[in-house]
Amino acid sequence: MSETEKGKPEKKDSGKIFLDEISKSPLTVTILAIFSGLLLGGLLVAVTSEDVYAAFGDSPWEAIKIGANAAWKTYVALFNGSVGNPTKIIDAFRGGDPETIRRAVNPFFESLNQSTPYIFAGLAVALGFRVGLFNIGAEGQLFIGATTTVIAAIFLKGLPAIIHVPISLLAGFVGGGLWGFIPGWLKAATGGHEVINTIMMNYIAFRLSEFLLRGPLQDPNGFTPVSAPIEDSAKLMRFFESPIRFHIGFFVALLFAYLVYLLLFKTTWGFTLRTVGANPRAAKYAGMSIVKSTVLAMFLSGGLAGLAGANEVLGVNHNLAVAFSSGYGFDAIALALLGKSHPAGVVMAAIMFGFLRNGAIQMQLTAGIPIDIISVLQATILAFIAAPAIIRTIYRLKEPDMDIDAVTLRGWGGN
Amino acid sequence: MATSTMDNQMEFVSPTRRRVMGLVFLGLAIILWVIFARNVEPEALTTFRMTPGGAENPLPNWEFTTLPMINILAVVSAVIGGYQLARGFGKRTNLMLGMVVAMFFFGFLTWATSGGSLNLAGLFRSALVKAVPLTLGALSGVLCERSGVVNIAIEGMMLTGAFTGAFVGSVTNIWFGLLAAIFAGALLAAIHAVLSIKYKTDQIISGTVINIFSTGITSFLSAKFLQKYQHLNDPGRFPTIKVPVLSDIPFIGPIMFQHNMFVYALYIFIIALTIGLYYTRWGLRTRAVGEHPKAADTLGINVFRTRYLSVILGGCMAGFGGAYFTLGSVGRFDEVMTAGRGFIGLAAMIFGNWNPVGSFGAGLLFGFFDALSAKLAILKVPIPSEVMLMFPYLATMIALAGVVGRGQMPAADGQPYDKE
Repeated sequence: MSETEKGKPEKKDSGKIFLDEISKSPLTVTILAIFSGLLLGGLLVAVTSEDVYAAFGDSPWEAIKIGANAAWKTYVALFNGSVGNPTKIIDAFRGGDPETIRRAVNPFFESLNQSTPYIFAGLAVALGFRVGLFNIGAEGQLFIGATTTVIAAIFLKGLPAIIHVPISLLAGFVGGGLWGFIPGWLKAATGGHEVINTIMMNYIAFRLSEFLLRGPLQDPNGFTPVSAPIEDSAKLMRFFESPIRFHIGFFVALLFAYLVYLLLFKTTWGFTLRTVGANPRAAKYAGMSIVKSTVLAMFLSGGLAGLAGANEVLGVNHNLAVAFSSGYGFDAIALALLGKSHPAGVVMAAIMFGFLRNGAIQMQLTAGIPIDIISVLQATILAFIAAPAIIRTIYRLKEPDMDIDAVTLRGWGGN
Repeated sequence: MATSTMDNQMEFVSPTRRRVMGLVFLGLAIILWVIFARNVEPEALTTFRMTPGGAENPLPNWEFTTLPMINILAVVSAVIGGYQLARGFGKRTNLMLGMVVAMFFFGFLTWATSGGSLNLAGLFRSALVKAVPLTLGALSGVLCERSGVVNIAIEGMMLTGAFTGAFVGSVTNIWFGLLAAIFAGALLAAIHAVLSIKYKTDQIISGTVINIFSTGITSFLSAKFLQKYQHLNDPGRFPTIKVPVLSDIPFIGPIMFQHNMFVYALYIFIIALTIGLYYTRWGLRTRAVGEHPKAADTLGINVFRTRYLSVILGGCMAGFGGAYFTLGSVGRFDEVMTAGRGFIGLAAMIFGNWNPVGSFGAGLLFGFFDALSAKLAILKVPIPSEVMLMFPYLATMIALAGVVGRGQMPAADGQPYDKE
């Protein structure tokens, strides 16, 4: 803490120290990054609103007011879509009709549903990051996981749910895991960079699942490339009646987050993995096997991404369609970074993304704001988190004593 | 044309690699013989049309009996494989690999066309057209990475270039659209440069940010404006120009010299970049910064300025490549229309060994498979088009795994430079 030594020797009061600590905390940067991202998103809405330009002729002041109003309305719609409309919920509970209540609180549970694949996929990418691997292939692993899951869930018949569900999930884990294992093994054996290999495996996965859905997996009673519906015994349990689709997968995801935490931080294996990620050279000199860690990490990472696919198939869609995922695997990169590659952080980031995504669907319907604004928000938030110096400069925060959580990856060539 | 260090390293071929390659050659010969030659009617004819659809002065069709041709190809491949196993081709191994693979695919086409006809010239032409955006993306990557900055944001830069080109092109004219697309690419590249050079953000993360941002902002603006007001999304396309004299060369002319200006620009860029990188002071400095920034700095080369310049030039290239989609190919912007081609361009760059000519070769290979899968659907070959479309990706992975040889990646690629 050379700064305090350099400064005047006067005694700081506790309030100032407290502010100092907040200013240095990485959490402050995260919160300010999210805040700035939302601010910029609002600005984008205002700038692209046609009413604003129409009002500019009258007076710029009026235009700014209309722009701010448009941004405000957007975020209100986002809130109502993701959490639920508060007045509607209160009215529903006063009315007491169970179906109206379910409808009113549905957005909240649907958001949790959206968060579930994000948790799995985010854990997948985060686990890779911890071992110094950049798994861009979560999307492909997710597809393969969904495909193997759907095979297990359709073609195994007559099993009780208590066995069928875990087997189907396991199928997804192994399928995705294999899809992660291949680039992991290629990296360990030949040095082929996992970023390129996982991107390639993504495309192969899309084609493969498309091929299967137009061939052997296609619903024999249908004409579109969609699989048959899965067996009832393989469906993940839902907690409420229609329209709420909230299912047990969310808690399975939380359980896996806890397991990943235990693995990474409470076991020798996890220590090895993290050491290989933080300093491969030191790990090598300590006798740890980089090859084994790389392959293991990519397998587990792929398996977690596969579970994201399995979860969608077993919990929400109950069948498999071409291009069903719409980018969970890619968003997962952003949220793993946002969660600082820590399971708890990932869960929080995933829940945030789930609420954002679900809210954005409503926002598109009611406020007419294209859903793609979510990507803009994600990108700006991510940029601020990846380059904390920008946030520190804007908000005049103090430099932290040590940048503990900076994510570093290795270049193309491996070590 | 490559540097002397590259030649030195290419000359050495390890015994394992020699044997593996020999087995690969023999394996391809056996496939030709066992799978293709066995499944052909002895009298069947293969007909290749030698002029792309709609071209003038058609060449006569090339017609021959299928079986002998496949047999010849199989025997030649087997002989090459045998020699490779016994003695080895040394530094010409990759050349031989190329030849054997080419013969294999020619045999495959011969077999697939047996009893029917295929427009060979049209296939090559379509492969070249499909290679254009991929190669432009790869060249963008070459520019950035030769100076030591990894650029996985090519996809995003191309997408933004495509959007800007369409929008500005519709509002003003097509040339301003092109300029705007280049500028948009450069702007994103500048962000990438600042994040990764000044703030030393991990370059892969910075690239990911730009990709997400580009997808979001172009889809957002497109949904908000372009779909509503169609006249904002009607930039027109650059016309086809026949190059005098060259376009009259039989077979090659219609394939290579009857395109719009993007294709010719691509030729020029490949030549210019090759000369620029390997025969000028600028190129030497850029490569030095990518290989060993500290040494370059000691010699008085401004590492930061060199990197900024290269990355921004790379962004211009990607923006130009993006404009191809809207101003050269489709004539309008559709959401997420680059569809991962920036990533394939990145793969083409790696496949092509961070080298402009190599990138073009890899781009052509990808383009060929893309074009082929479309043609095969017509020929009713018992290979699903989805499987055919997997092939370029598999080929990249195999190439990356070392069959083609270790890549000559810039040594300091991806590492921020800290001036002490």
